[in-house]
Amino acid sequence: MADILYNTSAVLALIAIILAAWRLLKGPNVADRVVALDVMTIISISLIVYVASIAQRVIYLDVAMVYALISFIGVVAIARYLERGL
Amino acid sequence: MINGIIIVLGIIMIASAFMAIYMRSLLSSIIAAGVISLLASIIYLLLAAPDVAMTEAAIGSGLTTVVFLYAFNKVKGRGEDNHG
Amino acid sequence: MAVFGGIITFVGSIFLLLGALGIVRMPDVYNRMQAGTKATTLGILLFLAGIAIGHIECMCIFRILILILFIIFTNPISSHALARAAHHIGIPLTDKSVTDALAEDESEKEEAIS
Repeated sequence: MADILYNTSAVLALIAIILAAWRLLKGPNVADRVVALDVMTIISISLIVYVASIAQRVIYLDVAMVYALISFIGVVAIARYLERGL
Repeated sequence: MINGIIIVLGIIMIASAFMAIYMRSLLSSIIAAGVISLLASIIYLLLAAPDVAMTEAAIGSGLTTVVFLYAFNKVKGRGEDNHG
Repeated sequence: MAVFGGIITFVGSIFLLLGALGIVRMPDVYNRMQAGTKATTLGILLFLAGIAIGHIECMCIFRILILILFIIFTNPISSHALARAAHHIGIPLTDKSVTDALAEDESEKEEAIS
């Protein structure tokens, strides 16, 4: 029962990442693409934590933490570049 | 389950690679290159290599995007304006 | 306990799916940013909490708690910086929007300077 719920959650997260990738591919200007990148990063963190739970390894959560930090720095760098140049 | 995740992420990576090549705006190409590195990091993690995944997320997505933006800011004054 | 965590994870994944659907369906950048940030923050909070409740025997609850706190603090900051940058480079609002407070504030400030 619990495994069915966890696998269904992972499938819904995969559908969400496909929708965000569609907006990334189609978006009219740069800001749409950066928003899609941000949402894809958040959903990817949930996928990483799901993989850590089914592989029973604690060190995968450190990868998720590094991932969140790096994506935050990247989005802030792109926003600062758009506003006044890096 | 793991195979399905790898196939879907690989298809999105291929689409992002074509987008990085054929997009007219140069800034969109830089963002697409960052997306490729982020998804490659998840695939390394699914193939049971967490150290390689951590290095790919730090170098490929963070440092490469910032260095590309710095270089694009330096060369933007000459030639046509690709802003947006 | 595992079934309870599974139900919380399922509700969180529904919020993630609704956030991504708002990314596709909304008409302009600011509406997309609002849908993508609020729904996704609540969704990943429920998703990580559900996995931490369902796997309570692996002693990884402190790391997931640090991850949740980090995402709650940093996700609105990046969205705010991005919205300000998008307004600064002149991306237009949609036709249905009724007011633009940031443009009025900036025009008042320029009049006060000149």
